[in-house]
Amino acid sequence: MSNPTGHDCEACPAHAQLAQMGVSLANTDYLIALAGNPNTGKSSVFNALTGLNQHVGNWTGKTVTRAEGAYGFGGKRYKLVDLPGTYSLLSASQDEEVARNFLLFGQPDCTIVVVDATALERNLNLAMQVLEITDKVVICVNLMDEAKRKGLTVDVRSLSRDLGVPAVPTVARTKEGLPHLVQTVADVVSGAIVTQPFRPAPPDKVRVAVEELVPMIEELAPGLPNARWVAMRLLDGDHRVRQALIAGELNGMQASQSASAEGHSRLVALQGSQ
Amino acid sequence: MSASATTPQSVLDRADGLRRQLGATVRDDMVAALYEQSSIIVDRAVKGRGSQNWDLDQRIDRVVTSQIFGLPIMLLILSCIFYLTILGANVPSAMLASLLFSFEDLAAGWFDALGAPWWLTGFIWHGVYRGLAWVISVMLPPMAIFFPVFTILEDLGYLPRVAFNMDWLFRKAGAHGKQALTMAMGFGCNAAGVIATRVIDSPRERLIAILTNNFVPCNGRYPTLIMLAVIFVGAAFPPAFAAVAAAGAVVGVVLLGVIMTLIVSWVLSKTVLQGEASAFTLELPPYRRPSILRILYTSLIDRTLFVLWRAILTAAPAGAVIWILANVTWGDASLAQHSVDFLEPFGWALGLDGVIILAYIIAIPANEIVVPTMMMAYLGVGMMTEPTSYDDIRRILVDEHGWTLLTAVSLMLFSLLHNPCATTILTIWKETRSARWTTIGALLPLAIAFVVCFVVAAVWRLVA
Repeated sequence: MSNPTGHDCEACPAHAQLAQMGVSLANTDYLIALAGNPNTGKSSVFNALTGLNQHVGNWTGKTVTRAEGAYGFGGKRYKLVDLPGTYSLLSASQDEEVARNFLLFGQPDCTIVVVDATALERNLNLAMQVLEITDKVVICVNLMDEAKRKGLTVDVRSLSRDLGVPAVPTVARTKEGLPHLVQTVADVVSGAIVTQPFRPAPPDKVRVAVEELVPMIEELAPGLPNARWVAMRLLDGDHRVRQALIAGELNGMQASQSASAEGHSRLVALQGSQ
Repeated sequence: MSASATTPQSVLDRADGLRRQLGATVRDDMVAALYEQSSIIVDRAVKGRGSQNWDLDQRIDRVVTSQIFGLPIMLLILSCIFYLTILGANVPSAMLASLLFSFEDLAAGWFDALGAPWWLTGFIWHGVYRGLAWVISVMLPPMAIFFPVFTILEDLGYLPRVAFNMDWLFRKAGAHGKQALTMAMGFGCNAAGVIATRVIDSPRERLIAILTNNFVPCNGRYPTLIMLAVIFVGAAFPPAFAAVAAAGAVVGVVLLGVIMTLIVSWVLSKTVLQGEASAFTLELPPYRRPSILRILYTSLIDRTLFVLWRAILTAAPAGAVIWILANVTWGDASLAQHSVDFLEPFGWALGLDGVIILAYIIAIPANEIVVPTMMMAYLGVGMMTEPTSYDDIRRILVDEHGWTLLTAVSLMLFSLLHNPCATTILTIWKETRSARWTTIGALLPLAIAFVVCFVVAAVWRLVA
């Protein structure tokens, strides 16, 4: 059997270290978010890492709520949060709100963006939006087997170089590449891998406006990691971000406060339902 | 508080000023820039384009989602699933029933031999245990066949095609096309279907999807529908065609559910929830080879055992209540007899009878135990033998309790349309946080069920 990920999984030390921890969520050391387009195998990745059996189905929009699980690796405990699959973080549907708010206010230590190797272009749109919000990202290029079947070769090194964050090829259903994925996540969390996310410049006239707003936002919320993203959202009139600015929620964002993410999703669930 | 020049409001004001300068296209400009960049990155990273497998997917889709064949193929697949379920469930059901019921007699015998009082033996073995035995023998075999087959379709990627085939119907009804998806989810479980409506952006269309989800029969209601179809519709045909006819009847009921969904959605969107249908994109995922182990896990653990366990939890108390009602007498008859007599005229008007209405009231927490509860009520009111096959059930219902085809049809309609189960109502409350919409979500289907059953019964009796 050929191995599309190019790694000898059985021999890799990481293989032996991964411990599925199901729902034992107490005392986890790190918080990891799992984002991605719908139907990219996100739930398969989640199940393989945590040993849980989150329902997996071949259709869009099946995961609308957040699922949480845990895994152990290298002596550390990781809490993994499976976010609803979305195409972007821009619009107002409730599943996108849940995903976006978790990235913004949940302060994950690292975010895994699962992308479909057979439809990279569409998937990268979301990945790049995630990169705007947070630095610590690992791209999980999933469905490598399907890409191969379709005669596509994906150069993950090129992807990794262009995006400024590590990209790991995987086949989540057969667990290929997952040891490499958890190792990479551990390295990003510990700082062994320093990410430099690629953030394309907005169109010229927008850029001038962004450059004017960013210092103002940073003055309001010192240490905010994504003032540029907030500026761009304000410019396109994003209601939720305006609200966060007025309520002073941005100030709290630099402090790690995963507990409040729960409250936020609930708040949004209430607002979204009216 | 230090006096700072920068306040949240000043930032907002400046941002709004800049936004007006930039004009309305600012979001589109930013998104376009993003797409352009990702396109460049992908061009560098991906080599090779297309192959036969991809073409095969598209060729299958051209047939499966075509305007001419799409809906007929869907109906055919649905019919095949029910046919397989009906064909396969009959024998194991009878075997389970005779096994479980013979144990009831055995255990009751032990209790008698040990000198246990009659009411204890009766309550435990002829009440609680009998309720459980009914639920397991009527529900387990059809579920153990239906769910794996359904899960194969889901894993294969067929469900989004169903939504694709039907979304134009929903848009015509003034609802969101994605409601086709949440409806498909409702075939599994209405509570899950209600949660799935979160994929719908517009609150108006989401409410329509929530309020109408109950009109497609969920896992819990299939056993009822299948049993009735086999006993009454199937038995009316020669044995060779019985299973086909029964499957056809179940498909008919499901179709009726879809039609009701569309009609009620249309009425809602024309009255209390007015508005235009919004556009959306629906992705057709590639066909994937289902993984057998996962299908077995999902369908047997997540679905079959989950539904069965829930049924057992509600069947045991229901069995106890029925036994008490049947064995506590007041005046000259049992409490059960009094309630049945009281409900009889009401049941008759709907084409049903007093026992069925009583069973529905006792089974409010979970739809799936209606038939077992009903059987226990019939048996509790003066029956000693345990029916162990569909033929026995048919004999009891028709010969001893005066059931007709109208009773069976009315019960199928009632089962399809009546109020959602307690879990679904709770889910509607959690999703809408509105007492008004929760009440409407619970009472609207019930009212529709009453009206439809009443009209059908009246017309039927007029014609017959």
